[in-house]
Amino acid sequence: MTLDQSFVGRAYPATAPYEVGREKIREFADAIGDDNPAYRDPAAAQALGYADVIAPPTFPIVMTMSAAAQIVADPDLGLDYSKVVHGEQRFVYTRPVQAGDVLRVAVHVDAIRVAAGNDLLTTRAEVTTVGGEHVVTAYSTLVARGTAAG
Amino acid sequence: MAVVLSDVTIGADLPSRSFGIERASMVRYAGASGDFNPIHWSEQIATGVGLPNVIAHGMLTMAIAARVVTDWIGDPGAVVEYGVRFTRPVVVPHDAGATLDVAGKVRAVNHDTGTVVVDLTASVSGQTVLAKSRMTVRVRSAAQGW
Repeated sequence: MTLDQSFVGRAYPATAPYEVGREKIREFADAIGDDNPAYRDPAAAQALGYADVIAPPTFPIVMTMSAAAQIVADPDLGLDYSKVVHGEQRFVYTRPVQAGDVLRVAVHVDAIRVAAGNDLLTTRAEVTTVGGEHVVTAYSTLVARGTAAG
Repeated sequence: MAVVLSDVTIGADLPSRSFGIERASMVRYAGASGDFNPIHWSEQIATGVGLPNVIAHGMLTMAIAARVVTDWIGDPGAVVEYGVRFTRPVVVPHDAGATLDVAGKVRAVNHDTGTVVVDLTASVSGQTVLAKSRMTVRVRSAAQGW
Protein backbone atom coordinates (compact mmCIF):
# COMPACT_ATOMS: atom_id res chain seq x y z
CA MET A 1 0.00 0.00 0.00
CA THR A 2 1.29 3.41 -0.92
CA LEU A 3 1.09 6.17 1.62
CA ASP A 4 -1.47 8.95 1.27
CA GLN A 5 0.40 11.79 -0.46
CA SER A 6 -2.09 14.34 0.82
CA PHE A 7 -0.34 14.14 4.19
CA VAL A 8 2.69 16.01 2.80
CA GLY A 9 2.82 19.51 4.24
CA ARG A 10 0.50 18.75 7.13
CA ALA A 11 1.32 20.45 10.40
CA TYR A 12 0.05 19.17 13.72
CA PRO A 13 -0.69 21.27 16.81
CA ALA A 14 2.09 21.54 19.37
CA THR A 15 2.01 18.89 22.07
CA ALA A 16 1.23 19.51 25.73
CA PRO A 17 4.20 20.96 27.64
CA TYR A 18 6.92 18.47 28.62
CA GLU A 19 8.95 19.44 31.67
CA VAL A 20 12.54 18.19 31.49
CA GLY A 21 13.75 16.89 34.85
CA ARG A 22 17.25 16.22 36.10
CA GLU A 23 16.44 12.63 37.00
CA LYS A 24 14.95 11.89 33.55
CA ILE A 25 18.16 13.17 31.97
CA ARG A 26 20.21 11.00 34.33
CA GLU A 27 18.05 7.96 33.53
CA PHE A 28 18.50 8.54 29.79
CA ALA A 29 22.26 9.07 30.13
CA ASP A 30 22.52 5.85 32.16
CA ALA A 31 20.54 3.99 29.49
CA ILE A 32 22.95 5.05 26.73
CA GLY A 33 25.92 4.30 28.98
CA ASP A 34 27.27 7.87 28.84
CA ASP A 35 28.95 8.92 32.09
CA ASN A 36 29.50 12.58 31.14
CA PRO A 37 29.11 14.64 34.35
CA ALA A 38 27.34 17.46 32.47
CA TYR A 39 24.29 15.14 32.37
CA ARG A 40 24.25 14.61 36.15
CA ASP A 41 26.10 17.24 38.11
CA PRO A 42 24.78 20.84 38.00
CA ALA A 43 28.23 22.15 38.97
CA ALA A 44 29.83 20.33 36.04
CA ALA A 45 27.22 21.75 33.66
CA GLN A 46 27.68 25.24 35.10
CA ALA A 47 31.43 24.98 34.53
CA LEU A 48 30.60 24.57 30.83
CA GLY A 49 28.36 27.63 30.93
CA TYR A 50 24.92 26.05 31.39
CA ALA A 51 22.38 26.97 34.03
CA ASP A 52 21.61 23.35 34.91
CA VAL A 53 22.40 19.81 33.76
CA ILE A 54 22.08 19.36 30.01
CA ALA A 55 20.65 16.40 28.13
CA PRO A 56 22.54 14.14 25.69
CA PRO A 57 22.24 15.16 22.01
CA THR A 58 19.72 12.42 21.19
CA PHE A 59 17.51 13.05 24.24
CA PRO A 60 14.94 15.08 22.23
CA ILE A 61 13.80 11.78 20.67
CA VAL A 62 11.97 11.10 23.96
CA MET A 63 9.59 13.93 23.05
CA THR A 64 9.70 13.90 19.27
CA MET A 65 8.97 10.21 18.77
CA SER A 66 5.81 10.31 20.84
CA ALA A 67 4.76 13.53 19.11
CA ALA A 68 5.28 11.91 15.69
CA ALA A 69 3.11 8.98 16.74
CA GLN A 70 0.05 11.08 15.94
CA ILE A 71 1.13 10.97 12.28
CA VAL A 72 2.60 7.47 12.17
CA ALA A 73 -0.39 5.86 13.84
CA ASP A 74 -3.01 7.69 11.75
CA PRO A 75 -4.80 4.88 9.88
CA ASP A 76 -5.56 7.27 6.99
CA LEU A 77 -1.82 7.58 6.28
CA GLY A 78 -1.58 3.85 5.57
CA LEU A 79 1.76 3.12 7.21
CA ASP A 80 2.24 -0.56 8.11
CA TYR A 81 4.08 -0.10 11.39
CA SER A 82 5.02 -3.79 11.62
CA LYS A 83 7.26 -3.21 8.57
CA VAL A 84 8.79 0.03 9.75
CA VAL A 85 12.47 0.59 10.45
CA HIS A 86 14.26 3.82 11.24
CA GLY A 87 15.99 5.05 8.10
CA GLU A 88 17.56 8.38 8.97
CA GLN A 89 17.65 10.77 11.90
CA ARG A 90 19.05 14.28 12.17
CA PHE A 91 18.97 16.94 14.87
CA VAL A 92 19.72 20.63 14.36
CA TYR A 93 20.25 22.47 17.64
CA THR A 94 19.97 26.06 18.76
CA ARG A 95 21.08 24.93 22.20
CA PRO A 96 21.09 21.73 24.26
CA VAL A 97 17.97 20.67 26.14
CA GLN A 98 18.50 21.31 29.83
CA ALA A 99 16.81 20.47 33.12
CA GLY A 100 13.97 22.85 33.86
CA ASP A 101 13.03 23.34 30.20
CA VAL A 102 9.32 23.20 29.50
CA LEU A 103 9.02 22.18 25.88
CA ARG A 104 6.44 21.65 23.18
CA VAL A 105 6.80 19.69 19.95
CA ALA A 106 5.12 20.61 16.68
CA VAL A 107 5.38 17.91 14.02
CA HIS A 108 5.16 18.34 10.26
CA VAL A 109 5.07 15.89 7.36
CA ASP A 110 7.93 16.97 5.11
CA ALA A 111 7.99 14.20 2.51
CA ILE A 112 6.44 10.93 1.41
CA ARG A 113 8.18 8.97 -1.31
CA VAL A 114 8.81 5.50 -2.64
CA ALA A 115 12.28 4.04 -3.13
CA ALA A 116 13.11 0.47 -4.12
CA GLY A 117 9.64 -0.76 -3.18
CA ASN A 118 9.75 0.87 0.24
CA ASP A 119 7.52 3.65 1.53
CA LEU A 120 9.50 6.50 3.09
CA LEU A 121 8.00 9.04 5.47
CA THR A 122 10.02 12.09 6.54
CA THR A 123 8.78 14.11 9.49
CA ARG A 124 10.12 17.27 11.10
CA ALA A 125 9.59 17.97 14.79
CA GLU A 126 10.15 21.52 15.99
CA VAL A 127 10.98 21.61 19.70
CA THR A 128 10.48 24.98 21.36
CA THR A 129 10.07 26.30 24.87
CA VAL A 130 6.58 27.26 25.95
CA GLY A 131 7.86 30.83 25.51
CA GLY A 132 8.48 30.15 21.82
CA GLU A 133 12.29 29.87 21.88
CA HIS A 134 13.63 27.32 19.39
CA VAL A 135 15.71 24.56 20.99
CA VAL A 136 16.10 21.79 18.42
CA THR A 137 14.58 20.46 15.21
CA ALA A 138 14.47 16.70 14.67
CA TYR A 139 14.14 15.19 11.19
CA SER A 140 13.18 11.51 11.02
CA THR A 141 12.79 9.22 8.05
CA LEU A 142 10.87 6.01 8.61
CA VAL A 143 11.04 3.20 6.07
CA ALA A 144 8.24 0.67 5.62
CA ARG A 145 10.01 -2.20 3.96
CA GLY A 146 8.45 -3.64 0.83
CA THR A 147 5.07 -1.98 1.33
CA ALA A 148 4.99 0.28 -1.75
CA ALA A 149 2.69 -0.77 -4.56
CA GLY A 150 4.80 -2.48 -7.20
CA MET B 1 42.27 18.91 28.19
CA ALA B 2 39.61 20.34 25.96
CA VAL B 3 40.27 20.50 22.25
CA VAL B 4 40.91 23.97 20.80
CA LEU B 5 40.17 24.96 17.23
CA SER B 6 43.75 25.77 16.25
CA ASP B 7 44.76 22.19 17.07
CA VAL B 8 42.15 20.61 14.78
CA THR B 9 43.24 19.64 11.27
CA ILE B 10 41.19 18.32 8.38
CA GLY B 11 41.60 14.59 7.94
CA ALA B 12 42.66 13.99 11.54
CA ASP B 13 41.34 10.84 13.17
CA LEU B 14 39.52 11.06 16.48
CA PRO B 15 40.24 8.32 19.01
CA SER B 16 38.31 5.19 17.94
CA ARG B 17 36.11 3.55 20.52
CA SER B 18 34.34 0.22 20.97
CA PHE B 19 31.11 -0.09 22.94
CA GLY B 20 29.33 -3.23 24.10
CA ILE B 21 25.59 -3.63 23.56
CA GLU B 22 23.73 -6.41 25.33
CA ARG B 23 20.09 -7.39 25.73
CA ALA B 24 19.82 -5.46 28.98
CA SER B 25 20.98 -2.33 27.12
CA MET B 26 17.84 -2.38 24.99
CA VAL B 27 15.50 -3.05 27.90
CA ARG B 28 17.03 -0.12 29.70
CA TYR B 29 16.91 2.11 26.63
CA ALA B 30 13.29 1.15 25.97
CA GLY B 31 12.34 2.28 29.45
CA ALA B 32 14.29 5.52 29.31
CA SER B 33 13.24 6.52 25.79
CA GLY B 34 9.67 5.22 25.71
CA ASP B 35 10.33 3.13 22.57
CA PHE B 36 8.87 -0.24 23.54
CA ASN B 37 8.84 -1.79 20.06
CA PRO B 38 9.18 -5.53 20.90
CA ILE B 39 11.70 -6.18 18.08
CA HIS B 40 14.20 -4.67 20.53
CA TRP B 41 13.55 -7.11 23.36
CA SER B 42 11.52 -10.11 22.17
CA GLU B 43 13.38 -12.72 20.16
CA GLN B 44 10.09 -14.38 19.23
CA ILE B 45 8.64 -11.20 17.76
CA ALA B 46 11.90 -10.12 16.10
CA THR B 47 12.35 -13.41 14.28
CA GLY B 48 8.61 -13.49 13.54
CA VAL B 49 8.94 -10.35 11.40
CA GLY B 50 11.95 -11.75 9.57
CA LEU B 51 14.84 -10.32 11.57
CA PRO B 52 17.74 -12.65 12.40
CA ASN B 53 17.36 -11.83 16.09
CA VAL B 54 16.58 -8.99 18.48
CA ILE B 55 18.03 -5.72 17.17
CA ALA B 56 19.20 -2.62 19.01
CA HIS B 57 17.21 0.62 18.79
CA GLY B 58 18.73 2.73 16.02
CA MET B 59 18.55 5.67 18.38
CA LEU B 60 20.63 3.76 20.95
CA THR B 61 23.31 3.19 18.31
CA MET B 62 23.14 6.87 17.36
CA ALA B 63 23.45 7.94 20.99
CA ILE B 64 26.47 5.72 21.61
CA ALA B 65 28.26 6.80 18.41
CA ALA B 66 27.96 10.47 19.43
CA ARG B 67 30.35 9.91 22.30
CA VAL B 68 33.36 9.66 20.00
CA VAL B 69 32.86 13.37 19.33
CA THR B 70 31.31 14.64 22.57
CA ASP B 71 33.96 13.00 24.76
CA TRP B 72 36.65 14.41 22.45
CA ILE B 73 35.46 18.02 22.70
CA GLY B 74 34.42 17.70 26.34
CA ASP B 75 31.22 19.74 26.04
CA PRO B 76 28.27 17.63 24.86
CA GLY B 77 26.16 20.79 24.66
CA ALA B 78 28.33 22.18 21.85
CA VAL B 79 26.68 20.00 19.21
CA VAL B 80 25.20 22.11 16.41
CA GLU B 81 23.97 19.31 14.18
CA TYR B 82 24.01 15.51 14.26
CA GLY B 83 22.64 13.22 11.57
CA VAL B 84 22.91 9.54 10.71
CA ARG B 85 21.60 7.01 8.24
CA PHE B 86 20.81 3.55 9.59
CA THR B 87 22.12 1.12 6.99
CA ARG B 88 21.92 -2.22 8.74
CA PRO B 89 20.33 -3.40 11.98
CA VAL B 90 22.57 -4.08 14.98
CA VAL B 91 21.71 -7.68 15.82
CA VAL B 92 22.20 -8.51 19.49
CA PRO B 93 22.46 -12.25 20.26
CA HIS B 94 21.43 -13.35 23.75
CA ASP B 95 24.81 -14.46 25.04
CA ALA B 96 27.43 -12.72 22.93
CA GLY B 97 25.80 -9.31 22.59
CA ALA B 98 27.27 -6.96 19.99
CA THR B 99 30.28 -4.66 19.86
CA LEU B 100 29.86 -1.29 18.18
CA ASP B 101 33.10 0.08 16.72
CA VAL B 102 33.00 3.84 16.12
CA ALA B 103 35.56 6.00 14.32
CA GLY B 104 35.57 9.71 13.56
CA LYS B 105 37.51 11.83 11.09
CA VAL B 106 37.60 15.62 10.80
CA ARG B 107 35.88 16.59 7.57
CA ALA B 108 35.96 20.38 7.84
CA VAL B 109 37.17 23.17 10.13
CA ASN B 110 35.41 26.53 9.92
CA HIS B 111 37.32 29.26 11.73
CA ASP B 112 34.64 31.87 11.02
CA THR B 113 31.92 29.98 12.84
CA GLY B 114 34.25 28.16 15.24
CA THR B 115 32.88 24.80 14.18
CA VAL B 116 34.30 21.42 13.26
CA VAL B 117 32.52 18.80 11.15
CA VAL B 118 33.29 15.17 11.95
CA ASP B 119 32.39 12.20 9.77
CA LEU B 120 31.48 9.19 11.90
CA THR B 121 31.49 5.55 10.92
CA ALA B 122 30.00 2.80 13.05
CA SER B 123 30.25 -0.90 12.41
CA VAL B 124 29.58 -4.25 14.01
CA SER B 125 31.88 -7.16 13.08
CA GLY B 126 33.21 -5.08 10.19
CA GLN B 127 29.76 -4.35 8.74
CA THR B 128 28.68 -0.73 8.54
CA VAL B 129 25.58 0.10 10.60
CA LEU B 130 25.67 3.92 10.38
CA ALA B 131 26.50 5.70 7.13
CA LYS B 132 26.51 9.36 6.09
CA SER B 133 26.86 10.13 9.77
CA ARG B 134 28.12 13.55 10.61
CA MET B 135 28.33 15.80 13.64
CA THR B 136 29.01 19.52 13.65
CA VAL B 137 30.30 20.95 16.94
CA ARG B 138 31.47 24.31 18.23
CA VAL B 139 35.07 24.16 19.42
CA ARG B 140 36.76 26.83 21.52
CA SER B 141 39.21 28.93 19.55
CA ALA B 142 41.60 29.23 22.50
CA ALA B 143 42.01 27.66 25.91
CA GLN B 144 40.67 30.78 27.67
CA GLY B 145 37.59 31.52 25.61
CA TRP B 146 35.84 31.42 22.28
